[in-house]
Amino acid sequence: MLEITNLHASVEGKEILRGVDLVVHAGEVHAIMGPNGSGKSTLAQVLAGHPAYTVTEGTVRYMGRDLLDMDPEERAREGVFLAFQYPVAIRGITNAYFLRAALNAARKHRGQPELDPLEFMDLLAEKLKVVESDDSLMNRPVNDGLSGGEKKRNEILQMAVLEPRLAILDETDSGLDIDALRTVAGAVDRLRRPDNATVIVTHYQRILNYITPDHVHVLSEGKIVLSGGKELALELESKGYDWVRAEAAV
Amino acid sequence: MAASRMKRPVGAAERYVAQYDAFAANGAGGAPPWLKEIRAAALARFAELGFPTTHQEEWRFTSVASIAGTPFALPARRAGPAAKRVAPLFLPVESACRLVFVNGRYSEALSSADGLPRGVCAGSLAVALEREPELLERHLARHAAYAANPFGALNTAFLRDGAFVHVAEGVTFDAPLQLLFLSAPGAKPTVAHPRSLVVVERGARASVIESYAALHDGTYWTNAVTEVVVADGGHLELVRPQREARSAFHVATTHTLQGRNSVLRVHPIVLGAALARHDIVSVLDGPGAELVLNGLYLLDGTRHADHHTVIDHAKPDCQSHEYFNGVLADAGRGVFNGRIIVRPGAQRTDSKQTNHNLVLSEQARADSQPQLEIYADDVKCTHGATLGPLDEKEVFYLRSRGLSPEQARSLMTYGFGAEILGRLRHPLVRDALDRLVHGALEPPIDRGATL
Repeated sequence: MLEITNLHASVEGKEILRGVDLVVHAGEVHAIMGPNGSGKSTLAQVLAGHPAYTVTEGTVRYMGRDLLDMDPEERAREGVFLAFQYPVAIRGITNAYFLRAALNAARKHRGQPELDPLEFMDLLAEKLKVVESDDSLMNRPVNDGLSGGEKKRNEILQMAVLEPRLAILDETDSGLDIDALRTVAGAVDRLRRPDNATVIVTHYQRILNYITPDHVHVLSEGKIVLSGGKELALELESKGYDWVRAEAAV
Repeated sequence: MAASRMKRPVGAAERYVAQYDAFAANGAGGAPPWLKEIRAAALARFAELGFPTTHQEEWRFTSVASIAGTPFALPARRAGPAAKRVAPLFLPVESACRLVFVNGRYSEALSSADGLPRGVCAGSLAVALEREPELLERHLARHAAYAANPFGALNTAFLRDGAFVHVAEGVTFDAPLQLLFLSAPGAKPTVAHPRSLVVVERGARASVIESYAALHDGTYWTNAVTEVVVADGGHLELVRPQREARSAFHVATTHTLQGRNSVLRVHPIVLGAALARHDIVSVLDGPGAELVLNGLYLLDGTRHADHHTVIDHAKPDCQSHEYFNGVLADAGRGVFNGRIIVRPGAQRTDSKQTNHNLVLSEQARADSQPQLEIYADDVKCTHGATLGPLDEKEVFYLRSRGLSPEQARSLMTYGFGAEILGRLRHPLVRDALDRLVHGALEPPIDRGATL
């Protein structure tokens, strides 16, 4: 589904990614871990198409196509979803209005009929159950005045509505208390299907207690320096990232 | 200051003094003596003040030279327009009455008031002056101070007709009262001075739509004054869509006075006029009163809108929430000046003010000035203003959800309006205004769909 080869990217002239290689297949969950400043969030932003980042070298294939050649909105309509580390508020636009606009943009792209408000509300009611939320936020503006945890839950609701093929969760666990983490991680786990894939970008292992990854990668100084199974996350938790740096240097 | 003002030539003002003499000599003769006195005093004050200039602080950003320089005449009374031309200018919501005022004068033929609940009076101010002289003498021109406001003085000098709304004690109803101030511009520039008085008595609850619109474009000037009184425990939502013609001048003052534990929500929505200036003066005159001033201005071309508001916390334990949003495209110009006064003894005042301006082009401009005057110590007053283009972080967020850059921008622009409209309590009125705002902006995603 996703094949990243020798990806280099920089922001404001500073190189952050220095040759990332990663292959993600349908049905898989990958965790990308690493210390602060290792380039985890940059990788997530580059995959979503953030214009501030410049890809200087390498390729990214997604569903057989050149992902880097696609605009951010085309990536989204083709099923790439980034759950933001810091979701932004949109003045005056309600969650319900925004979600329907986003869903209809994707449906139109795929040649499906757009949903009218009533059809959409039915669908939304189902998706709210996935994130164990009620509709109290739906008529409130997008991310406006929400706590950190509510924003993260809102990102996962968007993911549930848009049903991406490839979901990238950027530090979705940060700032969540243990109950919110359980809810959010549980929702992500419920959204797993054989035909979609999830990439979890995280500093900490704890979200992986709720979503079992098939592969764990360690990103350090812009490169993946170590890959393994789910046990690697536990090892990192107990030994810290310095251990990886030492291993990688050998 | 006053001396230098007196010395300034008032040539433009003299035109209206001459008009007043003619006005006082004929049609206006039927007024009661107290009103004649008020009018004469107002005219004298207008003659003293003259038209303001941008050298005056209150008018620094808004030049009315184009009003002063145009020879506006009082419109001749002609046959009114056909009802079918007027009907589409009302908001399409079920209403307790639909009253039409053509060039400031009540039109009985175009108005319908069959659905008025018991205890509600809504109609012509001129008629009310004959039928309810005591009530009018108590309120009319008693609240709208014009000593420093030449336009208010001029309106008062020419006070003859307009809207009168009275909701008796304890009467509550949901269907809005619609007042439509309609301009029918002629070949020559005309000025109308519509006057409104809205009195909501103790414990009563009502909703009023005060609309300004025109049959067609033309050079005309609306110079309106509205006085609003909400007595103890009363509740009023006042929606004010201003859809004047694109070449029109619109100058208005709204004065509000609130009693104990009353609630007043005012929503000025500016969609029209080449030049608009709206002063709102709100006095919270009873403990526990709550005021919401919630306004929106959408300005394109070279259109200019100026809101000057004064919220006067005269008594303790009152709340005021003021929100004004502006969307400025092309060479549009928005001015907001929000003054908040907390009088000595007005403890536990809770006051909040925001003014957000979306500036969509290099030529557009917004000016925002908060003015806080606080003479009590136990108060909570916050204010904040923003101006700038669309936030690129937000644009990317929306693109990452599948919206094109154009869709993202139009959605965010619409959001500046939707944020204000979301505070309207009456859902059908809100939807009707939402359609107007959608129409005035580039429609996002699809039109007319609101959730």
